[in-house]
Amino acid sequence: MKDKTPLIRLAKREDMAKSKIWMIRLAAFAVAILIGMLIFVIAGANPIKAYGTMLASSLGKKSGIRQVVKNAVPLLGVGLALAPCFRMRYWNIGAEGQITMGAMAASYFALFWYNRMPSALLLIVMAIAAMLFGAFWAAIPAAFKARWGTNETLFTLMMNYIAIGIVAWLQGGPWEGKPGSQIIPMFDQKAVLPKILGVHCGWILVLLLVVAMYIYMNYTKHGYEIAVLGESENTARYAGMNVAKVTVRTAALSGAICGLVGFLVASGVNQTLYSDVAGGVGFTAITVCWLSQLNPFAMIVISLLLAILSRGSSGLQTALGIPASISDIITGVILLCMLGCEFFINYRIIWRHKETAGKEAA
Amino acid sequence: MTHAVELKNITKRFGHVVANDKVDLYVDNGVIMSLLGENGSGKTTLMNMLAGIYYPDEGQIFVNGKEVSIRDPKDAYANGIGMIHQHFKLIDVFTAAQNVALGIEDGKYDLKKVADGVREISEKYGFGIDPNKKIYNMSVSEKQTVEIIKVLYRGANILILDEPTAVLTPQETEKLFRILKAMKEDGKAIILITHKLNEVMEVSDVVAVLRKGQHIKTVRTAETDPQQLTEMMVGRAVTLNIDRMDPVDPKPRLTVANLTCRDSEGVSKLEDVGFIAYGGEILGIAGIAGSGQKELLEAIAGLRHISHGSIIYTPEGKAPQELVGKTPMEIKDAGVALAFVPEDRLGMGLVGGMGMTENMMLRTWNKGKGMFVNRKEPEKVAEQVYEFLEVVTPSIDYPVRKLSGGNVQKVLVGREIASSPSVLMSAYAVRGLDINTSYIIYNLMEGQKAKGVAVIFVGEDLDVLLALCDRILVLCDGKVSGIVDARTTTKEEVGLLMTQVGGGKEALA
Repeated sequence: MKDKTPLIRLAKREDMAKSKIWMIRLAAFAVAILIGMLIFVIAGANPIKAYGTMLASSLGKKSGIRQVVKNAVPLLGVGLALAPCFRMRYWNIGAEGQITMGAMAASYFALFWYNRMPSALLLIVMAIAAMLFGAFWAAIPAAFKARWGTNETLFTLMMNYIAIGIVAWLQGGPWEGKPGSQIIPMFDQKAVLPKILGVHCGWILVLLLVVAMYIYMNYTKHGYEIAVLGESENTARYAGMNVAKVTVRTAALSGAICGLVGFLVASGVNQTLYSDVAGGVGFTAITVCWLSQLNPFAMIVISLLLAILSRGSSGLQTALGIPASISDIITGVILLCMLGCEFFINYRIIWRHKETAGKEAA
Repeated sequence: MTHAVELKNITKRFGHVVANDKVDLYVDNGVIMSLLGENGSGKTTLMNMLAGIYYPDEGQIFVNGKEVSIRDPKDAYANGIGMIHQHFKLIDVFTAAQNVALGIEDGKYDLKKVADGVREISEKYGFGIDPNKKIYNMSVSEKQTVEIIKVLYRGANILILDEPTAVLTPQETEKLFRILKAMKEDGKAIILITHKLNEVMEVSDVVAVLRKGQHIKTVRTAETDPQQLTEMMVGRAVTLNIDRMDPVDPKPRLTVANLTCRDSEGVSKLEDVGFIAYGGEILGIAGIAGSGQKELLEAIAGLRHISHGSIIYTPEGKAPQELVGKTPMEIKDAGVALAFVPEDRLGMGLVGGMGMTENMMLRTWNKGKGMFVNRKEPEKVAEQVYEFLEVVTPSIDYPVRKLSGGNVQKVLVGREIASSPSVLMSAYAVRGLDINTSYIIYNLMEGQKAKGVAVIFVGEDLDVLLALCDRILVLCDGKVSGIVDARTTTKEEVGLLMTQVGGGKEALA
């Protein structure tokens, strides 16, 4: 009869020691690195050398480090923006569009108002415009959800394509530089963010935002409303919270930060506007947010890690001729392992033979 | 003699929790066995292992003397075991026959054959079920009957019913018991999971008592009595009584008149409800599940749109005020507290992922100036509730989701009482609690009444309502079908009111 016991069974784990949880996460990372080695071998590269190149090109030189920080800033910023939404169980996957709209609003002032005000004022106006527009873009689906119960996942996603479409139209139409170029002209230097330690000063801004978001989520009335609403809408109503107001306000806040990131990227990095200004950051930031379990400080680490991986992969391509797509696969494997290990933190696996062995021992 | 089903040395663990600890148990054909135990004693877990929902960690199961391995519900059916769960697993838009046909794998889908089979079973045991009736047109009792037919159709010889009477009126319960006895005569083995002693005494032949996952004893029903069973269940002698005192100086506190509510689809949920709740009195509210109890309390608490009607609230020594049109927060602040325990215990009034302190904060979060929440005040309240109600928790910041049901409810009821309300509405406050904790809650209600609070108590157990309340308002289909004196009424009278407005008097007249 024993052979009829199921091969694998799952049992829910109770609270696990913190140290053990981190051991599992570390092990998952190690497993991911090992799988990555296998992938390098299949691709015909020396895995040790490949990893070495990745590290050297991202952290080995000053220019590499700068690039890493430059890549990490938008990831961290949008990760922070998404955190309150996700805490509220409001699935804002429209960060792409909110970034794009923010960048567009900032670009309007950069392109047409640069000679009417001093640089500092111009940058502030650009930032405010970006935040307002991002907030507006994010508030639309939230208002629909609050009023008519529409599905925010689909709605925010669709809003992305509209935003990107609008900028694509501006690019080839009203804002086009040289006729036929399909390119919006570069910003005047007055509209470009100053650099601090070789990277545009946006990095200081997002670090400040980390602290602010941590306080907002954990110590304010708004943060409390968001947490309660995320756990149960009914409880929120019972506690006298205005569910519609909280939903729209939180989405708008999220959109405002996304818009700000759009401004940082357009002004600090691209120094112009094009339709791909968000470049997938809005989606990658979802990963940042979840891997950090909505903890703003952990997001610093995760966004840096992802930025290192992405910088490392372009290094691989130039130094070893390994296609960047290979390292994208490796990035994917790492993320999968990191997310997958949460399963082992929550569940215990019982194998058939182990159980029988346990019985004999008893 | 071989038993219909026998469990040997069954152990099941969930994490560190041992749900069943080396249970030995058997039941014979032609016997109704009650599986008695408090909530959390492991009754349902044990039976779920027979039904193929869980797989035991240790131990053996024998059916008709043969060892079997039940890995999924199909294995259970193959061994003639069928379980009727507490929450029906039926598809509303299907007919009875379609629901029975669901999941049967015999090659072809022959609805006519199934319908004939259903009719045959229905006639054999006197179920009176039309195979072609849609589930959404059925009463709770009929739905339950369909569940029973479902397992009988699959040839079950061993039937397990998980708290079948929880959703039934007294009259429907009697009918169910007649059916169970008919099936017993037919030689089936029946296991009835319950924690209601009077049902045990009425219907079963033997009683198996579980406590904290262990099988304490199996006794013949004829040779025992409720007091002895309670002691086996709880583990020590308990006194089960509520010291009901007469209302002290009752003054109208809440005057509800012509209250009508419709849901978003325009369906009437409350119709023309009117009553007066007095201070220093416990007003019970009885009714079949979903008769408007929840809607009534929500309407008073300002959480539901009111089509028309009025709710006049007269606080002690103050002028009367109209509650209709006020926000939930204003109503709360005026002294009307609501402690609603939903089916999942959390999700209405408590936040599972938060600790006691943060849950206390639900009442005070928007008090005080500035953008930051004040943690000091709720922390004090949490400490008070923790000490006064003896909440078992590692710390007041430990997520309440991880507390046992009784402690969760203590946190909820404790918070509402801590706000010193002048109207305390509680719904299903003892849902799923063990006997002792239930009596703590009853006595808390009694204590509030002594302080002059108008207590409105929505309950499921008629025996408790009769013993605890001063008056009982019976709801039927969103209407008040009667308000009776709890001291003089009977269970039967309330039961009739629950199913028919006016207790069927119009029909007789």
